Amino acid sequence: MTDKKKVKKYFVKIEPDECKGCERCVNACPKAVLKMGTELNFMGFPFAYYVGAGCVGCSACFYNCPEPGAVTIFEVSDDADGDSEKEEDEED
Amino acid sequence: MTENTNMKVKYGRSKGFFETFERRPGAIKKNMHYCPGCGHGIVHKLIAESIADFDIKDRTIMIAPVGCSVFSYYYYDYFGISAPHGRAPAVATGLVRANPDNIVVSYQGDGDLGAIGFNNFIQAANRGENIAVFFVNNGIYGMTGGQMAPTTLPGQKTATSPTGRSVTNEGYPLKVSEMVAALDAPIYVERVSLSSTKNIARTRKAIRKAFQNTIDKKGFSMVEILAGCPVNMKFNSREMNEFIENQMQHYFPLGCFKDIADTRDPIKRPEGIFDKQKVKDILYPIKVAKGVSADFKNESKIFQKERKIKIAGFGGQGVLSLGMMIATMGKLRNFNVTWLPSYGPEMRGGTANCTIITSRQKVCSPIVDKLCNLLIVLNQPSMEMFLPELKQNGVLLYDSSTIAPPKCSEDKIIYAVKASDIAKKIGSLKCANSVILGALSVVMKDYFLEGKDKKDFDRAFEEAIMDCFADKQNVIQMNIEAFYAGKEAVEATLTNPHPGV
Repeated sequence: MTDKKKVKKYFVKIEPDECKGCERCVNACPKAVLKMGTELNFMGFPFAYYVGAGCVGCSACFYNCPEPGAVTIFEVSDDADGDSEKEEDEED
Repeated sequence: MTENTNMKVKYGRSKGFFETFERRPGAIKKNMHYCPGCGHGIVHKLIAESIADFDIKDRTIMIAPVGCSVFSYYYYDYFGISAPHGRAPAVATGLVRANPDNIVVSYQGDGDLGAIGFNNFIQAANRGENIAVFFVNNGIYGMTGGQMAPTTLPGQKTATSPTGRSVTNEGYPLKVSEMVAALDAPIYVERVSLSSTKNIARTRKAIRKAFQNTIDKKGFSMVEILAGCPVNMKFNSREMNEFIENQMQHYFPLGCFKDIADTRDPIKRPEGIFDKQKVKDILYPIKVAKGVSADFKNESKIFQKERKIKIAGFGGQGVLSLGMMIATMGKLRNFNVTWLPSYGPEMRGGTANCTIITSRQKVCSPIVDKLCNLLIVLNQPSMEMFLPELKQNGVLLYDSSTIAPPKCSEDKIIYAVKASDIAKKIGSLKCANSVILGALSVVMKDYFLEGKDKKDFDRAFEEAIMDCFADKQNVIQMNIEAFYAGKEAVEATLTNPHPGV
């Protein structure tokens, strides 16, 4: 992911109650910023969590996740009016 | 990190899915019903994303197959239909033919598509229906507990192949993509896999391409997706991906087998007819009866009853067309008639038969099971077979040039005519049935008619012959000749009765 003005920051959020703990995202993450937890969610599965920093927004975890809404990747912009257009880019 | 207004969703829950899965029973409304690590979830996600991006939600119909993905309509925010096991391509054909603007998606697994529904699938592919088929191949029957599928790899252990699939016993795995790509009609066939992020990106691309082809009405697109069933194969997700990569992809090589969408024009098929009256007109065209005025009524009381006629002979003797001539005659005289041929292996050398019912009332059933009023027999085996079915005081008419006089009870009225001999004299053995018809006109006159109805009765038969042979003008004259020859022959035997009577 390249930058236009400044380096974009990303943030990945994993819904604990939607994760089934299959570890696909953990295996797929190229930066190894996802880890498996030991707690159980309300379905009784252990769930993955984000270590807090280092996400590059590559979408590997999102597309590897079999659940529709367990993984959400946010783009964080520091300036208030940073509007980056949504584009259908092929990711790595 | 806290959520603030500067955070924007880059990748998140697709708009193609419902926000919550209300149709799903139980407390879990946000998740799908699949096991952890299941390939279906990923494919569902990619499909939902494509549909949301192409903005075709309002005209997409997803066919839920039989298999683990049977509940896919719980999740997608567009139309869903359930099809019987393996019949998704047939249902898809109907949906897309009825309205060519529909985007029809057939989502099938390897048991559904590769085993029970393979013929439905391959025929739809060969017709080049404008549908997108997503074939999720996990090499196993997932829903029923991991039995062997047509795509199970050689040596792979499953619930029904505990020592591994043996090619000598169960054969080789079915290579569906290769088979479909060999056909002329399909325009896009690609095999992709879900084993890595890179392969998932290719899958995403392939699914979008299949949708694009369907939107452009180019024809049949299929994407075969190698997926995993980690629970039934007892793998964790890393082992599952390794299995797909090292073993499945080895046997089922990835790649695009066919992509000729650019060379094809959009499919144009005749438009459907949805007007009730028009459909009725096509199905039941009104044929104008010739020669007889519409208000013609048979006066004879005897015609108030049903008359059941059975004709039997060997195939090619003209049994069915003789029946058709009798039925046409009835139709021209304003009767209700039915004509029911009996098709079967008898058509080729045994006994063929057809049944006709004429009545002034409605004919409730065209079947003459037993007890026919009139039996016409054209060969010996039929005589033996059907004579017991003749009703008391029924009439038997047979071709005495090939059949020996039958032995039957005294009450039966028997007429014989040397139909084959007369037909040969006239010129063709084929018109033997018209000779029989001539004989029948005499028989029917005496047995079925009374009073004024006897008048012009021959004309009805002549009209029937002309009607039935309308496509073959050159044989009408010969058949009418045969008709009168048969009539004379029977009239001669009446004054000089047949020894068998």
